[in-house]
This record gives sequence, C-alpha cells and structure tokens, in this order.
Amino acid sequence: MFKSEKITKIILYASSALIVLVSAGIVLSLMNGSIPAFKEFGLKFIISNDWNPTEGKENYGALPFIAGTVITSFIAIIICLPLAFSTSLFIGEYYRGTRLAGIVGTMVDMLAGIPSIVYGLWGFYVLRPLIVDLGLSAQGYGIFTAGIILAIMIIPYATSISTEIIMMVSSELKEGAYSLGATRKDVIFSVIIPNARSGIFTSYILAFGRALGETMAVTMLIGNTNLIPRGFFDTGNTMASVIANQFGEADGLKLSALITIGLLLFVITGIINGIGKLIIKRM
Amino acid sequence: MSEIIKHIEDPVLDIQKLSIAYNKDKYAVTDVNAGIKRKRVTAIMGPSGCGKSTLLRAINRMHDLYSNIVIDGKVFLNGEDTSELSAIHLRRKIGMVFQRPNPFPTMSIYDNVLAGYKLNGIRLKKTQRDEIVEETLQDVTLWDEVKDSLLKKGTFLSGGQQQRLCIARALAFKPDVLLLDEPTSALDPVATKKVEELLIKLKKNYTILLVTHNMSQAARISDFSMFMYMGELVEYGKTKDMFINPLDKRTEEYLTGKFS
Repeated sequence: MFKSEKITKIILYASSALIVLVSAGIVLSLMNGSIPAFKEFGLKFIISNDWNPTEGKENYGALPFIAGTVITSFIAIIICLPLAFSTSLFIGEYYRGTRLAGIVGTMVDMLAGIPSIVYGLWGFYVLRPLIVDLGLSAQGYGIFTAGIILAIMIIPYATSISTEIIMMVSSELKEGAYSLGATRKDVIFSVIIPNARSGIFTSYILAFGRALGETMAVTMLIGNTNLIPRGFFDTGNTMASVIANQFGEADGLKLSALITIGLLLFVITGIINGIGKLIIKRM
Repeated sequence: MSEIIKHIEDPVLDIQKLSIAYNKDKYAVTDVNAGIKRKRVTAIMGPSGCGKSTLLRAINRMHDLYSNIVIDGKVFLNGEDTSELSAIHLRRKIGMVFQRPNPFPTMSIYDNVLAGYKLNGIRLKKTQRDEIVEETLQDVTLWDEVKDSLLKKGTFLSGGQQQRLCIARALAFKPDVLLLDEPTSALDPVATKKVEELLIKLKKNYTILLVTHNMSQAARISDFSMFMYMGELVEYGKTKDMFINPLDKRTEEYLTGKFS
C-alpha cells in the first residue's frame, strides 16, 4: 500500500519536474542563442530597421518585424472585436441554451480547430485573389490580408471566453433588472456588459496575444519583405514570419538575430497573457 | 370563525384559474383562484416545491423570460388583464424583491434606487432624482444609515441593508403591488426583524404579496394567508383565523409542524 503511494508521488514529481526543466531549458537556450546578437547590436537591435545579411556588411534590426507584428495584430483585433462581441452575446445571452446557440457555438469552436496552414492555404487561394480583384493591391499579399486571416483565427478565442463570462452574470441580477421593467436590450447594456466588462476586455487581450504569435498563415500571406509597412496594403513581415522564412538558411550572427526575435516575441506574448490572467483573477 | 375567502371586494390583483407548468404535463401550480386585498400583507406559505414562488412570479410575468413555461388562466391588475399589457409596462407597476439581495454591483446606492428609471430610459432632473432617492430610502428606513455614502457601491452594504436597498429600488416607481419572494431567507435574525417591521410599515401605502417558508413570519406580519400544497391553493383566509382554526387537514398538519 505504502509502496504504491510512494511510486505515485515519484511519478507526479518527476513529470512536473520534467516540464519545468523543459520550459526553463527553452528559455535558457533562447537567451544563450541571443547573446551574439545582443553583444553586437545591444538595445539598438529593437529600434533599428536595417536587415542586411550581406557578408561583411551584416546588420540586423528587429523594428520592421516588431512593427509588422503589432500592426497585423491590431488589424486583426479591430476586425475581430465587433464580430466576437456580437457572437458571444448571441450565444451567451440571446439564444442561450437553444439549439441555434449550440450550432453557432460549435461552428465557432470548429474555427479554433482548423490548423494554421489550412487558413494560410485558404487565404492564399481565396482571400488573396479577392483582394486583387477588388483592386486593393497588385498581388494581394500584405499586412491587411494577413490581418484578416488573423482576425478569423482569433475570433473563436475571443468569442468563447466572452461567452463564458457573459453566461456567468448571475440570473438574479438579470431578473432584478427585468422585474423593474427593463427590456432585453436594457439588460444587456445596463447589467450584462457592465458586470462582464473586465472579462470581455480580457478575452480580447488573450486573443491579441494569440494573434502576435501566429505564424504559418501569416507567413504565407504577408509578402515577406523586411521593411516597415507604410500603408494598409503594403507587404511586411512579422516576428514569427521572419523566423519561419529565414531560419533554414541562417547561421552565425543571423541565426542569433532570429533567436533574439524569438525571445522578444516570447517575452511580449508572455506579458500580454500575464496581464490577461491577472485581470481574470481580479474578477 | 374561520372561512375560506371566496371573494374580495375591489381586489388589486385577481388571480383566476391560474395553472402553470414547467413541462407540458408537470404542473407546478394548478387552478388557483384568489383576489388580493388592497394595502394589506398577504402571505403565501407552504412546503418547498409547493408552487408558491412559481405563483408569485406569474404575477409580474417573470415566466415570460423562459420559453418552456406554459401558463393557463388570467391575472387581473386593477381590473386589467395582465396578459394584454406589455410585460415591460406590467413590471413597472409591480415591484419585486428576490430571495437573495441583488443590488446592481456596478451601480452606486444612489443609482440602484433609480435603476428602474435608468433602465427604462426615463430622464429626471437632478432635484427630482435627489427627492426620489431620499424619499424612497426614508421609506425603507435606510436613509440615516447611507445618506453619507450614497455614491458608494451598493454591494458594500450588509445583507440586510442590501435587501432594504432592493426594496427601495422596487418602490422607487411607486408600484401598485410589491412582490417579495422569501426576502429574508438569506438574512440573519436582526436584519430579518428590520425587514419585517419595514413591511408592516409599508402596507399603509402598498399592497404586499409575500412568499415565505417561515410560518411564524407569516403569522407576525401578514393580514391574509394562503397555504399551498403540491401546486394547489389549499386554504386562503385571514391569517389570525387560519393559524387558530385551520379548515383543511393539510393546513393544520403543516401549521403544527407535521411536515415542512
């Protein structure tokens, strides 16, 4: 009896320790790999927009990719926000518990299950030609196209968290408002939204965090130029897409520069997720 | 001499042949007929699951919020068929207080009192607002306790204060009827006593319909009592008469604690 107790304990400890070791190992090796680039460029790495791999003139700056990441993610969250907001009210309040809400909810969850590469493919064959046909850009690649795909990809995260938060608003409060003669609309805007506000906000922060790190679909649609985008339909690169695009042929200082970008991305998404979780905890 | 009330002259509420089912075959309330006397406290008591809350919630049509509930029969408010009114208008004329205090946590005490006006988009001048808030909080004997913290959130108050705030919120519209669904079941004895005293005071101006599982509460504050059992209105009479000399065997057994 005691022996099996001991074995159970050892297995639990060992698995947890392994996971801690792996994640610490990843962070450490990222840090280690970024040392050469940091030594060479210091903090200038973050604000420089020169990306020049020519031997002898090697110079690397992450600003175009940081800008690309932030801009595409903002486009995504702005497109996602009204859609996810309405859908979560649809599922979580208006048609709560009905078959219709069940169907819509399942469809939304299904969006989350589609692999990134499939989104990329769809974007490449459907969305990109559409952008060209509309005359928005010559080849259809760019931060706007990538932003739309990102928006579709993060909608399920924003929607499902907001829906849960909306459903958590107690029916006692809602009935209290109804008993005072409130309409459905009044209850939504005066009771549900004020009470679910911080949770809904958090769902967008977490969705934003996901948008920052999305790689494959973005890489296929953004155009992959190492310049800071100047307009909506310009091409660019995100931190994730430049790594995906260039790691294969990179070595030495360039590889170190890419690893540093990876480390930065890791830190940024970590901070965003941390903020989101902090707000949820405070609720 | 006890008697079952068959008829009440000029009732505020007149419930006629009211049956309510949560599922098609499962009736929670069956064929209730009763008139509710103006400016009195009428208690609805009975064991849990007897249908007393279900009956209460039919009066301001809270059941409309849930699509699977079937209702037969009529409720008249001052002679008007409530099913012909819009639920929104009806609920403005009938205030409701719930089991657990439910002030709106995002609103101040001041705004909670005015919530009915705010929710219905009725704009008032500042002086009118101040007047309604003070008068209503006076009515529920809460004014002296909160007059210096009107802009604080209502959820900072104690449970009993919160419940009186909810009563104020329901009264701010000067409703014809005040419905209370076991309003003291979440309160301690001291807070309960305060709410009971308040209800006795309020019946001067309001008709009060009170659901309670607490017989002694019904005895303390109600003028009329209904006893419900398994969805049926078993007995309805003056509280004094019913407690001294119940007519139905089931009422007697309930009142003497043979079941609860």
